[in-house]
Amino acid sequence: MERDPARPMFDTNELVINMGPQHPATHGVLRVVLKLDGEKVVDADVVIGYLHRGVEKLTENRDWTQIVLLTDRLDYVASAAANLAYVETVEKLMSIEVPRRARYVRTILAELQRLASHLVWLGSHAMDIGAITVFLYCLRERELILDLFEEFCGARLTYNSMRIGGLPQDVPSGWLPKVLRFCDVQAEKIEEYETLLTQNRIWLQRTRGIGVISGEAAAAVGLCGPSLRGSGVGRDVRKDEPYAAYAEIPFDVPVGTGGDTYDRYLVRLEEMRQSMRILRQAVEGLPEGPVMAKVPRLIKPPAGETYHANESPKGEIGFFIASDGKSTSPYRLRVRPPSFCNLQALPQLVRGHLVADVIAIIGTIDIVLGEVDR
Amino acid sequence: MIDLIVLPLIKIVFVLTGVLITVMYLVLLERKVQAWVQARLGPMRVGPHGVLQPVADVLKLFIKEDVTPVRVDKWVFTLAPIIVLVPALIAFAVIPFGPEVSLFGRPVPLYITDLNVGLLYIVSVAAIGVYGIILGGWSSNSKYPLLGSLRSSAQLISYELAVTLTFVSVILASGSLSMVQIVEAQRANGVWFAFVQPIALFIYGVGALAETNRNPFDLPEAESELVAGFHTEYSGMRFALFFLAEYTNMIVVSAVATTLFFGGWMRPFPNVEALAVLGVVPGWIWFTLKTFTLLYVFLWIRATLPRYRYDQLMRLGWKWLIPLAIANIVATAAVKVVLGS
Repeated sequence: MERDPARPMFDTNELVINMGPQHPATHGVLRVVLKLDGEKVVDADVVIGYLHRGVEKLTENRDWTQIVLLTDRLDYVASAAANLAYVETVEKLMSIEVPRRARYVRTILAELQRLASHLVWLGSHAMDIGAITVFLYCLRERELILDLFEEFCGARLTYNSMRIGGLPQDVPSGWLPKVLRFCDVQAEKIEEYETLLTQNRIWLQRTRGIGVISGEAAAAVGLCGPSLRGSGVGRDVRKDEPYAAYAEIPFDVPVGTGGDTYDRYLVRLEEMRQSMRILRQAVEGLPEGPVMAKVPRLIKPPAGETYHANESPKGEIGFFIASDGKSTSPYRLRVRPPSFCNLQALPQLVRGHLVADVIAIIGTIDIVLGEVDR
Repeated sequence: MIDLIVLPLIKIVFVLTGVLITVMYLVLLERKVQAWVQARLGPMRVGPHGVLQPVADVLKLFIKEDVTPVRVDKWVFTLAPIIVLVPALIAFAVIPFGPEVSLFGRPVPLYITDLNVGLLYIVSVAAIGVYGIILGGWSSNSKYPLLGSLRSSAQLISYELAVTLTFVSVILASGSLSMVQIVEAQRANGVWFAFVQPIALFIYGVGALAETNRNPFDLPEAESELVAGFHTEYSGMRFALFFLAEYTNMIVVSAVATTLFFGGWMRPFPNVEALAVLGVVPGWIWFTLKTFTLLYVFLWIRATLPRYRYDQLMRLGWKWLIPLAIANIVATAAVKVVLGS
């Protein structure tokens, strides 16, 4: 080895360690190859593909309705959001007008899903930083959401809760008051998480100034969703290109200022409050009517292609579909997964930080490997 | 003959058995307390409310395969957990569990020995434990354990300084290094040293958390970062020894805190005659109660706080706790001189 003549006595080597794919804190099968100088991260290389199932290729051999349940398997902690994005894309290509009641119920489901996903995020993020109790509190409330979903569609994780043209069924009787009751419970519980974390000195020290990214840099690297809004960019598909019932329901889009882990934490917490606000309004303003549009028995969109994006809990989830107009399967289906785009920012975010911060940063960009690898 | 050999041996057997049983049930207590804080039930299956869970845990650890990975330094790998556990256990030699009582017409002090440098003994014995951690991490021949052991050696050494400095101010207040004398000094003093030396108590508390690798200072074994820290490669009984040592150390620091700051075996307000009825409860029960209250605080903190980062922990130790401890010593000495003259 060549020695640096300026420092003849001390040789320092970079240490390469593999974080994952089986590591308790990488949220699934993510592998990060870290180059360390002592405890400092010199570079990080993200290796993905351990959960690749070929969802996009699979769709080419399924008919259009069957694909809904493949979208369940993308972001498995927020499957209703992916369901919604997919069915809306097909509806857009087929120019189907969805009944107003269905759009409202879809909004309710999407916001419940956002809450559930944010709860999983908060819990695992806090647990990575060492606050185990917050994790269990979050899952306790998520359980209530899962119960609501179970009552609506019978499933607790992979819901298959949307149909092209509307919903599989109307909401069960007595379900809407339960949603409101859940909102009341959740509002109290958010205060509880905040008591444990927001002003906690250790939490502040672990998250403030960690993984800072400016608005321009974040947009340039393709960050989306709360991770982008934490850097002060107010991009939210729900506001910018409203879908479902979002155009009719007032809500705020919280943005951060500093673009660090703490800001992203605050943004997501505020989003949870806004979700409850949307939920309450949607339940109260829920119109009467059918929940299914008139759609042909055999879904066969006209030849053409389209792209449509939704705001999933993780960020902008988009579907590009191409139909040849002849077969009952897509010619090509491409997913724009928010987790994948957010993960791209990881090497940039962790450079110069310590090993412990890598964990905090993986937590703050909120990725789900099912969606990254597809 | 009896006083010299038989009695101490009997006491050693008693203390060791007692400590090991306490450790077993401390693990259960920890799981239960955490579960209650976190809206769970904790262990419920083995025995009523899981009271036999520790027995099951120990049995499991005994029948587990004890893997020695290839290319580890076998001798050091085996020696490391022993080096960690033994100092933790022998620290109990000087801890006074109670005053002198008479058994079968013979006066029996409820401590194994009363060294005139008892506190110094504890400091020096506790310092040995860190070697076990370093050796364990190094001999594993693996990256995560190495990082974990480097972290913990730095952490333990810096916090040991702060803790030892708080001992100095207690020694100044009591005028003795003997654990028994320190307890007696608190009786003479009228109040516990917790009230005389609140700053020392605070520093000791923080330092004790760090020295026992407990949350929020559990970096050496930060499972989300370093898998399991220095004992990643350990399994079976050798892992169990590390585990035992961690909990034994918790009991040691709590027992030392009880002795130094909370009046040891004495009932609350030992000089207030109106509360003499409290004296019905024997001293060793008071001691156990106080120690467990402190242990509960450990568990409570673990269930509440996130974890510090390595550099933040070092900053807290060196920039805050150690200067504060030194200032406290100077202040104590000054007060003592002023009051004495």
